[in-house]
Amino acid sequence: MNPPNSAERHRETAQNGAERSNVSLVVNGARHQLELDNRTTLLDALREHLKLTGTKKGCDHGQCGACTVSVNGERINACLTLAVMHEGDDVATIEGLGEADHLDPMQQAFLDHDAFQCGYCTPGQICSAKAVLEEIRTKLPSHVTKDLTAPIEVTDAEIRERMSGNLCRCGAYANILKAIHQVAEERA
Amino acid sequence: MRAFSYERVSNPAQAAARAAEVPGAKFIAGGTNLLDLMKHEIETPLHLVDVTGTGLNAITETSNGGLRVGALVSNSALAADHRIRRDYAVLSRALVSGASGQLRNKATTGGNLLQRTRCPYFYDTGMPCNKRSPGAGCAALGKGASSRGLGVIGTSEACIATHPSDMAVALRVLDAEVETVTSSGETRRKPLDAFYQLPGDTPEVENTLEAGEMITAVELPAPVEGHHAYFKVRDRASYAFALVSVALIQTPEGKGRVALGGVAPKPWRRDDADAALPQGASAVMSQLLDGARPTQDNAYKLTLAERTLAALLAQE
Ligand SMILES: Cc1cc2nc3c(=O)[nH]c(=O)nc-3n(C[C@H](O)[C@H](O)[C@H](O)COP(=O)(O)OP(=O)(O)OC[C@H]3O[C@@H](n4cnc5c(N)ncnc54)[C@H](O)[C@@H]3O)c2cc1C
Ligand code: SF4
Ligand code: FES
Ligand code: FES
Repeated sequence: MNPPNSAERHRETAQNGAERSNVSLVVNGARHQLELDNRTTLLDALREHLKLTGTKKGCDHGQCGACTVSVNGERINACLTLAVMHEGDDVATIEGLGEADHLDPMQQAFLDHDAFQCGYCTPGQICSAKAVLEEIRTKLPSHVTKDLTAPIEVTDAEIRERMSGNLCRCGAYANILKAIHQVAEERA
Repeated sequence: MRAFSYERVSNPAQAAARAAEVPGAKFIAGGTNLLDLMKHEIETPLHLVDVTGTGLNAITETSNGGLRVGALVSNSALAADHRIRRDYAVLSRALVSGASGQLRNKATTGGNLLQRTRCPYFYDTGMPCNKRSPGAGCAALGKGASSRGLGVIGTSEACIATHPSDMAVALRVLDAEVETVTSSGETRRKPLDAFYQLPGDTPEVENTLEAGEMITAVELPAPVEGHHAYFKVRDRASYAFALVSVALIQTPEGKGRVALGGVAPKPWRRDDADAALPQGASAVMSQLLDGARPTQDNAYKLTLAERTLAALLAQE
């Protein structure tokens, strides 16, 4: 609810300069010191301030997964978190995964299976896919897991359910599924 | 998004005191609901108190055989905890049916309880909404409005929105309690059902929290034996809010407990409906949905709720 004098109070906050903060982030192993407007999401800090544009902005509302990155080893939506809330955190983006001559197995599998068309959702898909295999390995249950206490198998249903937070406008889902299976099999 | 000042606090009492003292302050935990609403300028806090450093990340055993879940335990961590999976399966099931893997990693126990409604008119700042701007009117009850996803019971003339949480429906069937700390440092405890408020004439008031009062934990009583299930019906197979959901705990004698999500402004459960469980889904729903006031658009939820429970009972 908006207090009646909200615009005025917002001006006051802005005047005392308290609407900016310092934050230090470790991104793909390198420490960065940033001075940011508190409103800056982690996604905008990566893209606009650190010029790491591999992480994409699709919806900016947690609905598409294009902005998926890993923070302290867990995948999250970078668009729904404030950069200032990540003091000292370890952020891994698609740029940190591999280079053209030394691809991460998941990147290679996406190429092998033609798991994209325009490629816009791909960085988010790859970051999510890597986390999904790790989550299955560590027995994090999903909506389709039948037995909550047994080890979890890498099935089509498990992968599909766990990847449901990553939308693909080009509909590359079938090939994304194959790519993820390839990496799971390589590991097994 | 409007500008705001920001601070981190290191303990719950300090968080509560600061939130009460700084004008226009709000807590932020996972941020997955609050930031979404701030981007739409539905929420316009002047100051954010970041509670993620307050150390409420543990799930510990209580003296009466239950579990105390810290307010900052993530939805993923809660669903994966081995004691929750083994003894409170309905809660694990409800959690993993909500949102996406990415969101559950950030979403917290306290923030999940306080997430705001998904009524489309609450989100559309061009439309009147009593919950967003008290006294403005309710677009969902206007002519030609779509109320397909909205509530059928516990609603009022002022607001027919539902509470969107899946987790809360499971917590209701488990008789969970909400533990809070007030701005003066006092600890309070309330059953979840009493914590949530029905809209009446004041749909902007959703719970009994005072200014600055912070959720510190959710307490689960000793495990309820029996078959635990959560069935969520939605427009797509994953990553969508419930049209109707049913949380069920059923003992071998056919007794048990039932709570509904997606139909009311809070998780919906009644003792007399629980007692009717041995007579089947139709008997349960005639108690549980007694007094329902659906719209033309959402009357299907009454039938859907009964069929969903019937399907669960048939699986047993
Ligand atoms: C695309 C999308 C899909 C979703 N689908 C589902 C779904 O299917 N089912 C479902 O249940 N949920 C769903 N959600 C909602 C999600 O579960 C919530 O956003 C999340 O649980 C909120 O937790 P949080 O910690 O991020 O809260 P925040 O956004 O940090 O806070 C939410 C509110 O709680 C207050 N708050 C936070 N912590 C405390 C505390 N300890 N004490 C007092 N006040 C506090 C904040 O001030 C704020 O008002 C979805 C969300 C998105 C974006
Ligand atoms: S149902 Fe409630 S939330 Fe939706 S428009 Fe009406 S008052 Fe607002
Ligand atoms: S940009 Fe973050 S989920 Fe769409
Ligand atoms: S490849 Fe185009 S959106 Fe997925």
